[in-house]
Amino acid sequence: MPGIVSILHRASGALLVLAGIPLLLYAVSASLASPEAYAAMKATFSYPVAKLGLILLLWAYLHHFCAGIRYLLLDIHRGIELEPARRSSAVVMVLSLALTVILGARLW
Amino acid sequence: MVTRRYAVGAHYGLMDWLLQRLSAVVMAVYTLLVLAIVLWNGGIDHAQWTDLFGHGGFKLASFLFMVALLYHAWIGVRDILMDYIKPAGIRLFLETLTVIALIGYLGWTLQLLWGPSS
Repeated sequence: MPGIVSILHRASGALLVLAGIPLLLYAVSASLASPEAYAAMKATFSYPVAKLGLILLLWAYLHHFCAGIRYLLLDIHRGIELEPARRSSAVVMVLSLALTVILGARLW
Repeated sequence: MVTRRYAVGAHYGLMDWLLQRLSAVVMAVYTLLVLAIVLWNGGIDHAQWTDLFGHGGFKLASFLFMVALLYHAWIGVRDILMDYIKPAGIRLFLETLTVIALIGYLGWTLQLLWGPSS
């Protein structure tokens, strides 16, 4: 499980750079430009495919966030033994997926 | 087994390691701040959202978040490229593309926060 969290940290990071950052900037600029641009953006994101893409990015952010906190704790030698490290990696997986489901359901 | 050691290198590893963590903390704090603002208002409408981005302190916090994000992204992408792209020429090309894109995003951020239309 720690290995899976590690490779997903990479994959989610790559996804956030390739799609997340430009989309974030586009979304914020459209949302601030005018009520019309804001409405147009909402319309674009209302397509099911776009929503699925957003949920994927949401998961990527949440996974990267949770796994990142775990790495920060490991760096200061919290939970560094084998058993706690395995447990915390499972917590990262479950927590990020659960938050994605909760927030994703609201988004949908 | 290492049979030869090269006493060369840029020696930026520890600083990058530290900045990767520092930028992560900056982003985490900003994320929780935005979440707290949205939850505090019980959701946020378009007018409140625009007001929020008109606030000088929030602009500055957003700018710091983006600087942390773009630097964090650079170190992350560079690490991934170092691990998977072995030919130096292709790697340099991809690293150059990454830097150009990230600097472009920084420009976009500045325009967004302090540009004429905001």
